[in-house]
Amino acid sequence: MGQILASQFVYNWRRNVSAIAGSAIILACVLIVLFGPLVAPQNPYDLTQLNLLDSYKPPAWIEGGDPRFLLGTDGQGRDVLSSILYGTRVSALIGIAAMLMACTIGTVLGLLAGFYGGRLDAFIMRVADVQLSFPSMLIALFLMSAFGTGIDKVLIALTLVGWVVYARTVRGSTLGEIQKEYVQAARVAGLRDAKIIRRHVLPNVLTPLIVIATVQVGTFILIEASLSFLGVGVPITQPSLGLLIKNGFDVLFSGLWWTSVFPGLMIMAMVFGINLFGDFLRDELNPRLK
Amino acid sequence: MDHQTAPAPLLDVRDLRTWFHTFSGTVKAVDGVSFTLAPGEVMGLVGESGGGKSVVGFSLLGLIDPPGRIEGGEILLDGEDIARASEERLRRIRGREIAMIFQDPMTSLNPVQTVGAQMDEMLRLHTDLDEAARKARCIAMLESVGISRAAERLKAYPHQFSGGMRQRVVIAIALLAAPRLIVADEPTTALDVTIQSQILRLMRRRIAQTGAAMILVTHDLAVVSEMVDKIVVLYCGKVVETGPAREVIADPSHPYTRGLVDSIPNPRDRKPRLAQIPGAVPDIRNLPSGCSFRPRCPRAQAKCAEVAPALAPTRGTLSAACHFPIVEEIAMTGGERA
Repeated sequence: MGQILASQFVYNWRRNVSAIAGSAIILACVLIVLFGPLVAPQNPYDLTQLNLLDSYKPPAWIEGGDPRFLLGTDGQGRDVLSSILYGTRVSALIGIAAMLMACTIGTVLGLLAGFYGGRLDAFIMRVADVQLSFPSMLIALFLMSAFGTGIDKVLIALTLVGWVVYARTVRGSTLGEIQKEYVQAARVAGLRDAKIIRRHVLPNVLTPLIVIATVQVGTFILIEASLSFLGVGVPITQPSLGLLIKNGFDVLFSGLWWTSVFPGLMIMAMVFGINLFGDFLRDELNPRLK
Repeated sequence: MDHQTAPAPLLDVRDLRTWFHTFSGTVKAVDGVSFTLAPGEVMGLVGESGGGKSVVGFSLLGLIDPPGRIEGGEILLDGEDIARASEERLRRIRGREIAMIFQDPMTSLNPVQTVGAQMDEMLRLHTDLDEAARKARCIAMLESVGISRAAERLKAYPHQFSGGMRQRVVIAIALLAAPRLIVADEPTTALDVTIQSQILRLMRRRIAQTGAAMILVTHDLAVVSEMVDKIVVLYCGKVVETGPAREVIADPSHPYTRGLVDSIPNPRDRKPRLAQIPGAVPDIRNLPSGCSFRPRCPRAQAKCAEVAPALAPTRGTLSAACHFPIVEEIAMTGGERA
């Protein structure tokens, strides 16, 4: 099955321009996350490398630009390109880590709700409903203001916002799977519930999660950027792309546009790539569209 | 019926009642069913859809989910009442003592696990064999159900098998832990007719070899006649007739069984229309008074509406729950009422 699916998958991928474009962008982002700090012309957090005399230099191709600073500098004389290379890493890692946490918690809760049903199911799903009735930004903002800022707090906030979609999806698929005779057969064979859930139900409900997880990394990057822009996100010592936009925003209308526009473009490209690839995955993995 | 002289029964079900408490009333899916099964015996549990056949099977395994409940009666497996056994005990009984074969081989195997992994799981759970021994046993078992190149097939996924082959795999899995009782719930209903008798013969042969007893749950009397020793006919959760298979099929004494037998197509006896039992199975929450079969019965009389008949010997080796059993051979034409 693995090989057949893989080859069909690769075949369709090679014929889908937006899937290839999305993959290319994601690949570029992965390379930036892995190697960005190595190729960055400057370490933007190393104050000894900064020179206030270099502050607010425009991009290199503009009058007054400095070839050392391709995308210009900010108020402290930090190289914008280097900041973006470092900031992309923070943004992407937060997005991925929060997705993994939300996915794990949501999947476990969804499996329990679907498998056992009854009061446990009702309780988990009502919590999920309440969660869904608030805008995710509002929840995140509330949590951040209650617990304070910091990368760990951002991760908690994003997890609390994101688990619901997994729980609901997994619960639905679980309800479908446990009707099937192989789950009954596992019970008849004398397997414990935990084993039935892990070995028989879980592998059969994972497919739709791949799509959700992919797209959610993009959503989380955006939410994190919004939180940081509002000043309740990551600390100033580990600026994400959102925080870079905020820092530049103060001087945006003074004509010093490059300090926020370039980090903004980076976020846009990253989320765009993820969504392109996510759409492709959705079409590929949805059995109804085949 | 020589149950007195036969060895102690492997399974002795006494007055089993499994009810489902739903919002729209209590569904007495199984209501006072009794039967015994000797080691190596094959029993057919027959009836129309909704007759409670499958519920009997699941009750034996203690797999009745709420709102269902075993309300009363005993299920004695070697003298141990498993209707009241703990979940821990039941889990050891399932698979090891009692195995089950399901109707649809398309869904009774996990699509994302190899056949080998699913067979291995059963052995790991119920035996202390090491990995090499388990694999050897799986291969031997697959070969014994007629799957060639078994060692290779262990690595295959269920979708790489045809329906008939999958049902062979399901049978192999059920037999792996050498259970003493096998409950087969409509094992051939989802298969092509040409495959059906193949699979039935395979089951019959394998079960005779292992000495296990079997309960074959089916709505198809033709299937039953081919391979069972005795028959229990269920209607609306109650046993309406029981006896040795040959007698029940050849000359049933209960009008319901008669109707079932008459509706088997027979190529030698070309009638313009196939006989059928008029009407449908009544809503089990709202059964007619007296005998449940009364509204569809061509022999029904006033008494049938008042008193529910008890199971009693009727003729020869047969027992039926009927006030007016067919004592002499009567050709009943379905559709007409007496």
